[in-house]
Amino acid sequence: MKLCDPSVPSVTTTLATSSPKSVYEAVIGLEVHVQIKTQSKMFTRVAAGYGHEPNTLTDPVVLALPGALPVMNKAALDAIIKAGLLLGCEIAPVCKWDRKNYFYPDSPKNYQISQYDQPICVGGAVEIELPGSARNVMGEHKKIPLTRIHLEEDVGKLNHGATDSLVDYNRAGTPLMEIVSDPAMHSAEEAYAYLSSIRATMIYGGISDCDMEKGQLRCDANISIRPVGATHLGTKVELKNLNSISFVRDGIDHEIKRQIAVVERGGTLVQETRDYDGQTGTSQSLRSKEMAHDYRYFPDPDLMPVKVDAEWKARLQAECPELPFAKQRRFVERYQLPYSLTSVLVWDRALADYFEEAATLAGPGKAQAVGNWIVNDLLRELAAAHLTLATSKIRPAHIAALVQLVDAGTVLTHAAKEIFIEMAATGDLPDVIADRKGLKAAPTDPNELETWCRDSIATGAKAVAEFKSGKDSAINALKGPVMKAAKGKANPKLVDETLRRLLAAM
Amino acid sequence: MPSALHFRTIADLAAALDAKQLTSVELTQAVIARTQAVEPRIHAFNSFDASDALAQAAASDARRAAGQARGALDGIPIGLKDVIAVTGQPLTASSKMLQNFVSPYDATVTTKLKQAGAVLWGRLNCDEFAMGSSTENSAFGPTGNPWDTTRVPGGSSGGSSAALAAGEAIATLGSDTGGSIRQPAALCGVVGLKPSYGLVSRYGLIAFASSLDQIGPFARTVEDAAIVLGAIAGHDERDSTSFKTEIPDYRAALTTHRGPWKLGIPKEYFADGLDPEIAASVEQAIAFYKAQGCEIREVSLPHTAYCLDTYYVIATAEASSNLGRYDGIRYGHRSTAAKDAVDLYAQSRAEGFGPEVKRRIILGTYVLSSGYYDAYYLRAQKVRTLIRQDFLHAFRDVDALLTPTSPVPAFKLGEKADPLSLYLCDIYTIGVNLAGLPAISVPCGFTKSGLPIGAQLIGQPFQESNLLAIAHAYEQAHEWSGKYPAL
Repeated sequence: MKLCDPSVPSVTTTLATSSPKSVYEAVIGLEVHVQIKTQSKMFTRVAAGYGHEPNTLTDPVVLALPGALPVMNKAALDAIIKAGLLLGCEIAPVCKWDRKNYFYPDSPKNYQISQYDQPICVGGAVEIELPGSARNVMGEHKKIPLTRIHLEEDVGKLNHGATDSLVDYNRAGTPLMEIVSDPAMHSAEEAYAYLSSIRATMIYGGISDCDMEKGQLRCDANISIRPVGATHLGTKVELKNLNSISFVRDGIDHEIKRQIAVVERGGTLVQETRDYDGQTGTSQSLRSKEMAHDYRYFPDPDLMPVKVDAEWKARLQAECPELPFAKQRRFVERYQLPYSLTSVLVWDRALADYFEEAATLAGPGKAQAVGNWIVNDLLRELAAAHLTLATSKIRPAHIAALVQLVDAGTVLTHAAKEIFIEMAATGDLPDVIADRKGLKAAPTDPNELETWCRDSIATGAKAVAEFKSGKDSAINALKGPVMKAAKGKANPKLVDETLRRLLAAM
Repeated sequence: MPSALHFRTIADLAAALDAKQLTSVELTQAVIARTQAVEPRIHAFNSFDASDALAQAAASDARRAAGQARGALDGIPIGLKDVIAVTGQPLTASSKMLQNFVSPYDATVTTKLKQAGAVLWGRLNCDEFAMGSSTENSAFGPTGNPWDTTRVPGGSSGGSSAALAAGEAIATLGSDTGGSIRQPAALCGVVGLKPSYGLVSRYGLIAFASSLDQIGPFARTVEDAAIVLGAIAGHDERDSTSFKTEIPDYRAALTTHRGPWKLGIPKEYFADGLDPEIAASVEQAIAFYKAQGCEIREVSLPHTAYCLDTYYVIATAEASSNLGRYDGIRYGHRSTAAKDAVDLYAQSRAEGFGPEVKRRIILGTYVLSSGYYDAYYLRAQKVRTLIRQDFLHAFRDVDALLTPTSPVPAFKLGEKADPLSLYLCDIYTIGVNLAGLPAISVPCGFTKSGLPIGAQLIGQPFQESNLLAIAHAYEQAHEWSGKYPAL
């Protein structure tokens, strides 16, 4: 099958292949499973958790013993409604449950309680940011539309041995959201950005910790290719087991290339499910369309539909935090922060809150300095000391006070760095440390300072000439001798002011 | 009043226990002795544990001696259908699949009976997974009807009805999905009550068809049924389909709720296929109520003809899914012949389930399959709504409906080999389950050959008090409940 005329120039820039034959466009939809962080499982009181002894988080309901019945955990419903509100979904007025019937040893009932034709969240979108031209340059933003989000229960885990398999039902019955995107992404980079954004949103909303290693975030991708400019969808391949965020990117990239290669060879793509092996970077077919399950969905007669009224939604809406991209826009507008700072600050809710607290304490005009201290010094300090924001002795008040001291010229930058290290170690306020260690700029006699400045101007004819001809930074050359005369303890702000006054009068 | 302890009523025995004329141990010993004597001919039990029952009885006697008796059920031996979970006891559903399964937990009704002080007595035989109308589908052999042991006791709760009729328990619990309490009650000459859907918790009841199943009592009198219902009814947070409602004093309601009532006679229930002797007995019951000043009205339930079809679509669909869990992986029968995981399912289920269960799983799987769902399951749900509306429409004019319970009296073991002819046994009881209504079968006479006949009273949703009072009024004027099978 000849798919395209090579003379037609490629218009796509999103295809993740650098091949000159990039006349194909990839179409990608993601199904992302997010485990909801609840105390207990979705349909019983047994605790939900990770890393426990196998089959200890079980009870008659989890093990599907004869006669056991499910009862809805309202916290899981709260979480998915909140997720829907965060992503701009419409929340269905009634939440109903369906059984998805299939036999597999990790599924205790041999049906999964899920939502079939009436998902709780419909529509909505995930805002993503693509990589910019450089690390400190904001990339293109897009909104990836969502089809739906529904709630279901997780299954157990199979551990395969040499001659047998063991099942651990600890994970079975953990509440799980399935977030389904429209087939609206066109590159592995977009899929990667989409997954990153969902992860940040869920962590922000307190909905999930999204630790992929613990299976709290899992991703399947539906991938097809088509000639650029075509509007139909090509034959879709479902790629499973993309169980780390970089495997998502690599796996999708690999699959797009594989599909192009098949078509280029004159082959035909078949609708199938493929398993991606991130270690080897290869995939193999799991089952073809003909082998697809008939899940025999029907409404679960054990569970009553739940009405979601306006009051319920309003309560959860009030709990919804500002999302990273919105926060980023606000930080730019309110604090005039550069992208290099916002792109670090907003992705961790605690860090963003920390920044805002410190910036507010520091006062107007000092936010950027606050941001710099946090991004450049605090984060490095935390990483080096294996601390977190919560366990660090440096509180927002410390950062604010330090910024104020520097801004007022009370301490110099190199002294401030020393104070910072001492703050981290002791938790003392910077003022206290500066006094204790004699790090404050000396209280300067204005007459003496003026003398030093006049001496510097007198001996710095070249710098003076440059300054007078409009090179403002030339003034710095005049500060050195003043500082030297002051043994490094002159208030730099005062030095600057005095030099300028004297130069202006010349 | 019969002198034999094992044939007396809860009300009577509770009075004797309270008056210290009797101990629970004596009563339980009498029931055990009776069971051991007749069980070879009846086979109502899949298993029982005499020493465990006596220990419970001794504990009850100790409570009563300490002035801490818990009410009318304290010390009364009550048998449970082998689909209701009791900690430490077998729970087999009369299936090879669960032959060696012991429940690690209590059903909510079990907990409630324990709290009421009842002596939980034995595991009662039934059709496998409660699927059937004769108890012949039990993997452990059929149960005989105490009135004629060559005949079936009805089903699926045939062990529950037979044990009670034979004096092997003072009351029993069964479950009713399409008539499985009322029909065996009628065939064994005892009272059987199916409560409104949602009145009694289903937690711990092995599910056959979740939207239809209800646990209910078998008892010698309407009063006894009221006592047991009062103990087991009530909202349960472990069952999402259980209804939040105040539980009245059903026993007191027998005398406080007085007629005359308006009774409806659904004309569709007296059509072809009804045994003439049963028709005559029910006509006499109608005449009785009329003589008591009740207004009798003919009513129509126009969708009655669709009940059986609707039921066999919905019940089998739910069953096909509910029985998915019996796969040989976590518990239950596991084939030793399997080659791999998929084969393990196939072999274990092929070996573990009997033919009727397989038939229903296949039917249910079919009606839910892609491409057939709309034509079968969805349509059946719509018809179900119409059937419920028929009843609710009728209840605008009447307090209850009076019908035969079963179109035929107890038939011979092996007589109905064709599954369809057996399905027809439930034509008068199935509509009640589809509509979620309460209904009671009360003895209303005998055939010339001495087989019991039951009349069914169908009540309004959650109006069990009224329903019991109406049944009680009839029972008080008739001696049927005073007759016992000569075993």
